[in-house]
Amino acid sequence: MSRTKGKNLRVLLYEGPGSTPLENDARYQALSSLLNNGFEVTRPVEGQQVAPPDDSPLLILGLLENSPDVAANVEVHVRNLADVSALDAACEVRDETGARALEAWKPWFPVIDFDRCTNCMQCLTFCLFDVYGVDNQQNITVQNQDNCKTDCPACSRVCPEVAILFPKYAKSPINGDVVREQDVQREAMKVDITTLLGGDLYGSLRTRQREARARFSTERDESKALLERKRCLGKLKKVLNIPDEVLMTLPSTEDIEERAARAKAKLAKRQAGSQTVKDSRPVPSDKEWGI
Amino acid sequence: MKILYCNCTYAKVVPTEVKQAVLRQLSDSGRAFDAVADLCDMSARRDPGLKKIADGGCTKIAACYPRAVKWLFHAAGAPLPDEGVTVLNMREDTAVDIVRELVK
Repeated sequence: MSRTKGKNLRVLLYEGPGSTPLENDARYQALSSLLNNGFEVTRPVEGQQVAPPDDSPLLILGLLENSPDVAANVEVHVRNLADVSALDAACEVRDETGARALEAWKPWFPVIDFDRCTNCMQCLTFCLFDVYGVDNQQNITVQNQDNCKTDCPACSRVCPEVAILFPKYAKSPINGDVVREQDVQREAMKVDITTLLGGDLYGSLRTRQREARARFSTERDESKALLERKRCLGKLKKVLNIPDEVLMTLPSTEDIEERAARAKAKLAKRQAGSQTVKDSRPVPSDKEWGI
Repeated sequence: MKILYCNCTYAKVVPTEVKQAVLRQLSDSGRAFDAVADLCDMSARRDPGLKKIADGGCTKIAACYPRAVKWLFHAAGAPLPDEGVTVLNMREDTAVDIVRELVK
């Protein structure tokens, strides 16, 4: 199942009429354990505003003397904290409702700052994992979040406008911090992948491959090839902060050329003012992309 | 005025001591609030709860960088209104300052 699908269980920590208010420590412990296990929690107080129910299942928890009357068009469950802990009750109801469980993933995907984005499509051209696409209005969009490689901020490093955020990233301004003039001017923020590898990326790869074949056909020294690949990957890793796991899944030169052709086709369609550009080709598996 | 707290459950980018202190004081404050496990996770899932929050008028959000929060909501198809939303940054500010703003 996709990590980006499913509904969370929303827990209502009820302390209103017909219930005994929780002790401060008990309330905090309930809140903390529920949030740390992926649940959403609402603490309503009479006369104050909270978010209205959406279509997520709802669990009402409290030291209840009577079952509270609930007028809601959603699935509602009620548990008494006198009988069960907040976390146990939430886990039980989550299993009953099929709500989403805490997942072992970091929500890692690019978020576009459209105040800065100029729709240059450099990210679409650069990303090798089909994360980006073009919407009906021919604007750049994040279309396949699940394809994004955790901890890889490389597309944000090649964005000339510092318009791509990764909120879980440690460093500024990719983490969403204010973009300063020096950030835009900084060399690291203006990495142009086409110059990084000495001109046109794909042309460069083709040339490199031709030269390598010619050289290795005479030298037959595979260790040199390995060293050269390591040197190039090391350079990419350093300049773009690409994690090792991502480098290990980079596609072959042929795949890159094929993707470049597809990206160019998307751009050409956009420039021709066509309607939605949908990429129906499946993304190659990690095995297919093995180097 | 609604209050939304993000626990940043799926990563450790918000200092633990800050988010725990904010949650504790919010919990003890007697104020109504909504708390979510992780706004990034909700944005990734385009959770309809974000739309309810964005459409619900004035809101104070305790989370991370305001620019990140703004575009996370936008990415989920639930853009925040231009006015009436205050984002408090638990990655940079102290718990004392954040709680003071949240409950005033």
